[in-house]
Amino acid sequence: MNVNSRRLVSIGAERVSHVSNTEFPGHYPGEDHSWNLDSFKKNLTVRTHRLSQRSIEFDIIGIDASIANAFRRIMIAEVPTIAIDQVYVFDNTSVIHDEVLAHRIGLVPLNVDPRTMDGWDGEGDTPTDRNTLEFRVNVRCSFNPEYHNNTDKKGKSSTTTTTTSGSPVQGLSDDKLYTNYLFLSKHFEWNPAGEQLDKIKPLPPLGALNPEVVLAKLRPGQAVEMVLHARKGVGKDHAKWSPVATASYRLHPNIVITKPIRMERAEDFRACFADGVVVVDKKKGTVSISPTHMRNDTVSREVLRDPEFRDSVELSRIRDHFIFEVESESAYRPEELLGEAIGVMRDKIARMREAAVALLGSEQTEPEEREDGDVLMQEVV
Amino acid sequence: MATAETPPKIRIMKGASSDLSAATYQVYDESHTMGNALRWMIMKNPKVEFCGYSVPHPSEPNIQIRIQMYDNLSSLQALIKALDDLDNLCDTINEAYTESLQSDEYERWDEKS
Repeated sequence: MNVNSRRLVSIGAERVSHVSNTEFPGHYPGEDHSWNLDSFKKNLTVRTHRLSQRSIEFDIIGIDASIANAFRRIMIAEVPTIAIDQVYVFDNTSVIHDEVLAHRIGLVPLNVDPRTMDGWDGEGDTPTDRNTLEFRVNVRCSFNPEYHNNTDKKGKSSTTTTTTSGSPVQGLSDDKLYTNYLFLSKHFEWNPAGEQLDKIKPLPPLGALNPEVVLAKLRPGQAVEMVLHARKGVGKDHAKWSPVATASYRLHPNIVITKPIRMERAEDFRACFADGVVVVDKKKGTVSISPTHMRNDTVSREVLRDPEFRDSVELSRIRDHFIFEVESESAYRPEELLGEAIGVMRDKIARMREAAVALLGSEQTEPEEREDGDVLMQEVV
Repeated sequence: MATAETPPKIRIMKGASSDLSAATYQVYDESHTMGNALRWMIMKNPKVEFCGYSVPHPSEPNIQIRIQMYDNLSSLQALIKALDDLDNLCDTINEAYTESLQSDEYERWDEKS
């Protein structure tokens, strides 16, 4: 793969250089690098690589790091999701303290599509069927009479009741000895209010995305009774509202062999890279780089430690080739996240533009001095 | 909560030149996300002499964008143009991504949770 050297971030044994993009107007004499939508469209490539029900890998080629980073940051911190925000504890006799349990409950991802709900405006807002979902929890642990000696299963004496234990049968697991010994995320029971049932009908029963999250362990006589309020929020307020487990990008590696590698050392050379990156053809006696597997390389620079290989290979990364890896941990399908992030970004742009245009309109008015000395608008002649 | 009214989204800071050919804009409730993307797009404008941004303090939700123009042009106009261009860029990427998802040549796999 022959890449224009201007697109490469050089990687040396001890340093990384040519990190920043230099294609700005006025940087290269005689070249026009001003913004041009048509040439941007021509140079842009977006390719989906892998997709599962939980994660996606896609490439965006031809954008600046500031744009790629904006999308990454928005996916983590500004795409809204639904999470439990208020916990009303009526009974909690488990060994987990109220506030710790409430925190754990908040972190459980819910299967509610955020697009079906309104946002929450903060402390002064009132809960309605549009912005709040109510879940109830009522878990009570007790002895399982079947496996305690008091039940006379094994023909022994029975003098105890289910609230006071007989001696348990030894060597049995908790799930046999007790009922409800775990408070799990599947114990969130949705309590539909107002128009919610009609609006959110086609969805599966609302609740936790993963029903098996253990929130507390219980013993007979212990119980948890709560009302939970789920609301819409964003990851920058609290990580529980982040729709992704990870959202990251890396630059596409670029490896060029500049001098032939001796066949005797081909195996050592191959071992310096990730699996499949180096192809050794013993019949032809050639060592080459696989263009398709090059993206898997970690660019560990192991090859640069070998005195013989050091001058035979050039390592770099392609500055405008971003490989995104996004794992959804929310009601969004992984392929929806970039679109949502772009939508959020465009909303932000629209809000700023509106404010900027309003400033433009007020340019002719008298300058206003604020208390802190900042001048809202300077006088215009 | 005793919150004062929310500050204006964009404020021109003290010291801007009277024709706005050089000005610093303080943008409320924005971060590096918009700051760096906008800085890049403003710098793509050949009429811009200088553009830089900063987050003055990590616990204040503000960014400051400094724009200086050639030929006494309005930096506010450059800001608006950059916002428009950034919106076009977002739209273009979204279209290309949607098309890529539909083109259906990628690996689909089953990930166990």
